[in-house]
Amino acid sequence: MRLGKIGSGLISVLALAASIGMAHAKSDIVVAMQLEPPHLDPTSAAAGAIDSVLYSNVFEGLTRFGPDGSVNPGLAESWEISPDGKTYTFKLHSGVKFHDGTDMTADDVKFSLDRARADDSANAQKALFAGIDSVEVVDPLTVKVTLSAPNGSFLFNMAWGDAVIVAPETIADIKTNPVGTGAFKFSNWVQGDRIDLERNADYWGTPAKLDKATFKFISDPTAAFAAVMAEDVNAFVGFPAPENLPQFEADPRFQVLVGNTEGETILSTNNKQPPLDNLNVRKAIAHAIDRQAIIDGAMFGYGTPIGSHFAPHNPDYVDLTGNSAYDPELSKKLLAEAGYADGFTTTLKLPPPSYARRGGEIIAAQLRAVGIETEISNLEWAQWLEQVFKGKDYGLTIVSHTEPMDIGIYARPDYYFQYDNPAFQKLFEDLTAESDPEKRSDLLKQAQTMISEDYVNGYLFQLAFPTVANAKIKGLWKDAPTQATDLTAVYWED
Amino acid sequence: MTMFLHSRTLIPGMVLTVLFAGAALISLVWVPYDTTVLDIANKIKSPSWAHPFGTDQFGRDILSMIMVGARTSIAVALVAVGIGMVAGVPLGLAAAARRGGMLDEFIMRMNDLVFAFPSLLIAVMITAVFGASALNAIIAIGIFNIPVFARLTRGAALSLWSREYIMAARVAGKGAARISLEHILPNVANLLIVQGTIQFSLGILAEAGLSYVGLGAQPPVASWGRMLADSQTMISFAPHLALFPGLAILLTVLGLNLLGDGLRDILDPKLRRART
Repeated sequence: MRLGKIGSGLISVLALAASIGMAHAKSDIVVAMQLEPPHLDPTSAAAGAIDSVLYSNVFEGLTRFGPDGSVNPGLAESWEISPDGKTYTFKLHSGVKFHDGTDMTADDVKFSLDRARADDSANAQKALFAGIDSVEVVDPLTVKVTLSAPNGSFLFNMAWGDAVIVAPETIADIKTNPVGTGAFKFSNWVQGDRIDLERNADYWGTPAKLDKATFKFISDPTAAFAAVMAEDVNAFVGFPAPENLPQFEADPRFQVLVGNTEGETILSTNNKQPPLDNLNVRKAIAHAIDRQAIIDGAMFGYGTPIGSHFAPHNPDYVDLTGNSAYDPELSKKLLAEAGYADGFTTTLKLPPPSYARRGGEIIAAQLRAVGIETEISNLEWAQWLEQVFKGKDYGLTIVSHTEPMDIGIYARPDYYFQYDNPAFQKLFEDLTAESDPEKRSDLLKQAQTMISEDYVNGYLFQLAFPTVANAKIKGLWKDAPTQATDLTAVYWED
Repeated sequence: MTMFLHSRTLIPGMVLTVLFAGAALISLVWVPYDTTVLDIANKIKSPSWAHPFGTDQFGRDILSMIMVGARTSIAVALVAVGIGMVAGVPLGLAAAARRGGMLDEFIMRMNDLVFAFPSLLIAVMITAVFGASALNAIIAIGIFNIPVFARLTRGAALSLWSREYIMAARVAGKGAARISLEHILPNVANLLIVQGTIQFSLGILAEAGLSYVGLGAQPPVASWGRMLADSQTMISFAPHLALFPGLAILLTVLGLNLLGDGLRDILDPKLRRART
């Protein structure tokens, strides 16, 4: 016992000496973000904050998203697709170990995929796995996935945080002690404050350059500003107050990265609630909205106008903003045609982010100008999820949909905006089955156009993703192609 | 008239109170700019001749917002104090009339119960249950004024009940209710006016506090507390956004407190005697 103490003391002295020896480059980082994960299992919750901490850092999937949103090999080093497009044979990397020291094999892949698609699965994105017919273990490093129909986006689906590979031995405690295969190991979670990760010395791929990473959770925008200014945190991903960015830009201590996100910020409309079930009413709302005023007023200029539920940086994007150009006169005319010449009153329920709260005030003023009165109520996230997302008790709300390629939600009539159009559902079915890139592109364009012309929601802008970081930090993702803060390639410049 | 001069705080208090009450009244018929219309192109402008207090993050004129905000604050505080007086004073009178009895015990223990809770906590609870709005803020603040007035009235009335002229009234056959109304109430009115002024300023603070955390008046109704909350992240580059609503709250509350002090100086017989 005594010897052990001395021994460990000696090691820490040596470690200290080593760290002094290379003190020229900092090897730890404190990254702040706004939302804290409710727990640490990315495969059983919709909360994006879980992936923001763990994706790629702790957990990896068969494929993974690159910083530009491309789908790259992850735990699978290669794959073969059968000519009929139904069978994917993944060849796994050899020598991959979970953080508890056990090997990652084809059995773990089978376990993870079967668990995610099981009937009692708590996975938030079960649709990703719906097309899987069977998962077979060919040998310890080969796994064969058979689909019931060809699916052009299968490799994309497998890159999601909800599709990461987990081990059966450690699944019971995953919510508090996540064990993955990534370049960082989970070390500590102080609830309400921070999560610590440390470097995985036995990582199978390129090891992380940082020894230690701390994620801090600061929800209040004012506190976020103070923490960055005082350099209590080295980086803030998804900085919540766009009005402060010019100050950081002017300060040589900091770098400001304003990247793209998959966040379509929309005025979600309850398509089943009168009078919003009337196409002309929704069209009138769309024409009453001045997007540029919202981007300037709520986001201080950060954001790209959108005319449909699709990210502008995607190659298949069609600019449909013309369908809902700002035209209050037309809006009044449409309201009159719909029988609401004197306007009407509806509810506008706003979640906490500033794009929603400020955007809501601006939209309320713009709608008032054409005769539509809105009763604003500000909700906390939990209330919003309960009343709006689950309860569908709302007229209008503003929210950013940050999942990548999520136009499929319009094919779900039970989704909270309750858009029920069989033509769109058919279109989306065709899209899922199609694997020819050109035909897919064409179908995606049709889909964007259809929801834009149906004025399902008010399409406002693509959320910008601002990261404020110490000027010496390199390797941070600029864009947010998925919810992730990939620190595996991050380092401090001398 | 000379008694006004005996108090050094009365005049400045009155001036400040009249200033803000006047701004609120004027805003009913006229404001420099419509506060429900946003002008994003002119957001966060520093004070100028066109906008003496500058414009806010949505391009609204801050002077107009302060005027409309004064209306919100004063209306909420006034009605809340009204609720407290209308409910609290009769309770206090009744408790004093039945002093030592079951009714007295019941009323005062209920008061203690309400008093035991931190007022903002209950206000947050009320708005959480019934939704955030100016009306619920009024109710929440109003409920908290009831025990204040009930206790004050009872305390003052108790000492009056042992006076000779009350004895005389009782001998003359007047009932407790009549004595309370005709003899007790006029004699505690001074105290109530002073306390009312103080509660009024506390009401304005409470309204600003509730609005600050998003539980008071909802947009587009202007409110000083919300103006402060909205400007928080912009203080570092646009301090005027927070400065003017902050000053408005400060000066109104200061004015009302000075006014309350001044009125006490004049109305409180003990202090008056001490001075002469």
